[in-house]
Amino acid sequence: MTTPSNPSDKESSVTHDSTSEAGDDRALVSLEHREGSDNLPERFQDPGLPAHIHRAGDSDEAAARRYERQVAALFAISMFATVLFVVSYFAVGNDTVVSLPIIGRTMALHVSLGVTLGMSLLCIGLGAIHWAKTLMPDTEVVEERHELRSPDEAREGAVKILADGLEGSQLKRRPLIKYTLGGALGLFAIPLGLQLVGSLGPLPHTDLETTLWDSKLPGGKPRRLMRDPDGTAIRLSDVTLGSVFHVLPEGIDATPDPNNEKLKAAVILISLQENLIKSARERKWGVDGVVAYSKICTHVGCPVGLYEQTTHHLLCPCHQSTFDLTEDCKVIFGPAKRALPQLKISVDDEGYLVADHGFDQPVGPSFWERA
Amino acid sequence: MTTLNEDTSGRSADALRADDTTEAPTGNGGAIGGVANWVDERTGAAKGVRFLMKKVFPDHWSFMLGEIAMYSLIIVLITGTFLTFWFVPSMSESVYNGPYVPLRGITMSDAFKSTVDISLDVRGGLLIRQIHHWSALIFIVAIMLHMFRVFFTGAFRKPREINWIIGLVLSMLVLVEGFIGYSLPDDVLSGTGVRAAQGFMLSIPIVGSYIAYFLFGGGFPGTAIIPRFFTIHVLLLPAIIVGLFTAHIILVMVHKHTQYPGPGKTDKNVVGFPLMPVYTAKAGGFFFVVFGVTALIAGLVTIDPIWMYGPYEPTMITAGSQPDWFMGFADGALRLLPGFLEFTLLGHTWSFNVMLGAILLIPILWTLMGVYPFVESWVTGDKREHHVLDRPRNVPTRTGLGMAAIAFYAVLFGAAGNDIIAIKLHLSIDDITNTLRIMLVAAPVIVFWVTKRVCLSLQRKDRDLVLHGKETGRIVRTAEGRFFEAHEPLDEYERWRLVSFEAHRPIAAPAETDENGVRSKTASADRTRARLSQFFFNDRIEPVTPLELAAAHHDGQADEALAPLEAAALEDAHPGEFGGHLHGGAEEIEEHNAYAHQQGSDDDA
Repeated sequence: MTTPSNPSDKESSVTHDSTSEAGDDRALVSLEHREGSDNLPERFQDPGLPAHIHRAGDSDEAAARRYERQVAALFAISMFATVLFVVSYFAVGNDTVVSLPIIGRTMALHVSLGVTLGMSLLCIGLGAIHWAKTLMPDTEVVEERHELRSPDEAREGAVKILADGLEGSQLKRRPLIKYTLGGALGLFAIPLGLQLVGSLGPLPHTDLETTLWDSKLPGGKPRRLMRDPDGTAIRLSDVTLGSVFHVLPEGIDATPDPNNEKLKAAVILISLQENLIKSARERKWGVDGVVAYSKICTHVGCPVGLYEQTTHHLLCPCHQSTFDLTEDCKVIFGPAKRALPQLKISVDDEGYLVADHGFDQPVGPSFWERA
Repeated sequence: MTTLNEDTSGRSADALRADDTTEAPTGNGGAIGGVANWVDERTGAAKGVRFLMKKVFPDHWSFMLGEIAMYSLIIVLITGTFLTFWFVPSMSESVYNGPYVPLRGITMSDAFKSTVDISLDVRGGLLIRQIHHWSALIFIVAIMLHMFRVFFTGAFRKPREINWIIGLVLSMLVLVEGFIGYSLPDDVLSGTGVRAAQGFMLSIPIVGSYIAYFLFGGGFPGTAIIPRFFTIHVLLLPAIIVGLFTAHIILVMVHKHTQYPGPGKTDKNVVGFPLMPVYTAKAGGFFFVVFGVTALIAGLVTIDPIWMYGPYEPTMITAGSQPDWFMGFADGALRLLPGFLEFTLLGHTWSFNVMLGAILLIPILWTLMGVYPFVESWVTGDKREHHVLDRPRNVPTRTGLGMAAIAFYAVLFGAAGNDIIAIKLHLSIDDITNTLRIMLVAAPVIVFWVTKRVCLSLQRKDRDLVLHGKETGRIVRTAEGRFFEAHEPLDEYERWRLVSFEAHRPIAAPAETDENGVRSKTASADRTRARLSQFFFNDRIEPVTPLELAAAHHDGQADEALAPLEAAALEDAHPGEFGGHLHGGAEEIEEHNAYAHQQGSDDDA
């Protein structure tokens, strides 16, 4: 390596040329770059595959026998684990509980089946891989690649067959067939699609806008606020300051789809100090600081289940929208946009809380038809 | 038509059968040979078997990621079939009276009840259920890591663009399949997820409420969704996934596997081991390893203990509600999108705060990933087939973009746990959310820049290694008192791995107007392409050339006349020990040198 130094050949390799005149031909560019001098090629040449290095087992029969025993041992462990699986399946009781380190108390049947099945499978795999790595031929094999593109002849042949076929069908000469076929193929999926889409479910109509609170009980009495899940009515006097009630409308279990009704009608009832309430409407729609709000988040509809007493915030555990109970449940943080709708409540002759009328707007997540 | 006539002219129909043979191949007889002969005479399968069994696959640990995904798919199909024998996909309600005391007397759907039975009553049922769940998660992780491998090594380049897109579709369908499977037990956590999913559908303009009402057969929850999800989960999506997977694997066979750069490996060959026997044993064995490890995890680590959550109840929810982790990024997006993105316009509600994260995010991200190979090939103008992979450091901009995408994903994923972070770290959830909002924009930019710099530095390190060899740690003193560290040059095999790559150079836009002053139709596209090309390739490190290597060796000896003497003296002093070149530390690189430190900065792009 005594090549004379030639500074002009040593242009910066860390290039930052902002104007390059290079065209599309990458290969050409790399050849032009740094023209070789003094009989050195422009680029290094591929030295080809390095010499193969033999393994211990290739020449040493003792080593090979050792590997054979190791592989056989792994397969034997697998068989043993399989037997243990069968034994565990029949011998271990359904209710037996064992204490294991780290895992703690756990079901004995489940753990023994899992570990024995795991060992049974794992040892087959490890044995096979060990076998392949130590005893099977490990000389690299070179397979040639061929360009994926078909030879021109084949491509022309394919085009010709298609063209001949099109010609033979006379589609070009007979436009009547062409257009009617197009129409028929374009329309044939409609009956199937219509059957599926048309019969999957009912149209929404006003289902998203209404809740059970909108209707009165049979007999015209307003629906009482009932505890969820006990279904008992709530007296105003039960609602002590700071307490929270999860509420459903009276008579919800008599509806055809109680779950659907629950999802829309769920309400959270909270007693606040009346002077903390900043909204006059909110105070008016409540009773002595006891207010009822829809429990369905206006973001995507999770129940707003977390109430923080000190800050009077309601938090939705799904996406952390936060509503301020003292300000008409408006959103103070998070992805929701709209305040939770309030339910106007009052006290009936027997001292129970009732809803005067339904919500003044749809509850739950936003939807297109909601104005 | 004519060719057929030519071939058969002069032959009777009987003569066409003249080649047929009824004799079994000689040798290698026995029962297996007989069966093989029987099958081959009816199918001609021997040709395919020969083709398949001698196929060569290269060895690398990262090629096993896709294998893990393939095996996990098989495991979920097996265990999923088992589960269908006990699972009851129905929302009919009844009261639980089974062996698990805490749930006795509680009203629940048949779907939930049968899942509890599978978990606590059917012997080995919990194991199968947990293998199914764990294996589904391993499937998704393996697909993601496999995607990273393919992206960062440039394996999506021609001719594999179609397979990249098939893979993307698969990865998206698998997310949906996973979400639906997670929802089937109808427990309180997954039910909340389905409720949120209905909220997502409602946010779609014009048809949102119709889609939701059709899919759910009415309002939420109704009684139709679990049976419908079941059909989608066990029939519709598996059929599509298995079909696409088959196409994916056939294309791998057709393309032959890619290989990492190295001596003897070119775009014209594939160097490795044949399917028979080596890869049959290795890959077949690896299936058992994956299955075995999954079974061990399933036996030892509880997942989704729905009997502890309880059945879905529309008004119930738990703190810390989150979807299964693979949907975390979309959930995180929902938590970060601010509420003001919802507004009323033209008498209708537009909920971009929901739609962007829940409906549009995945299609947008997947479209970006899908077009990337085409953008890159347009920018490089490279239309050749590539079968030798890129080392990620040798394509700094692509690697940077990929890492930026991962950073974007990571921030969204982190945002899905903003409540958990707040609780564990005693921080304000509002502050965390706001910070994550900023990071969602800032982190990808920072990560891109850092990754690109790291790649360029690693390339410089490679150059350094090629030019100056390995440090041996042997300090040598000359007669004059100068100190050198002896460097060991790389052998040609090691060197080839570091110099065989190709550094694309930026292209300039062609003249916008021709000699007649007519503006080229493609002028603006050309300008965009040139700008993108600058962005991709302006900062680059070129591979070492033989000339540079020779020059580096030459520069190593500061005083030409003295150098041979020094070397001779050293050989005398340490016979047999000194085999490398001398390099004089900081002195060796002169200012005008190709690799002088002063020119190392390329931050002005």
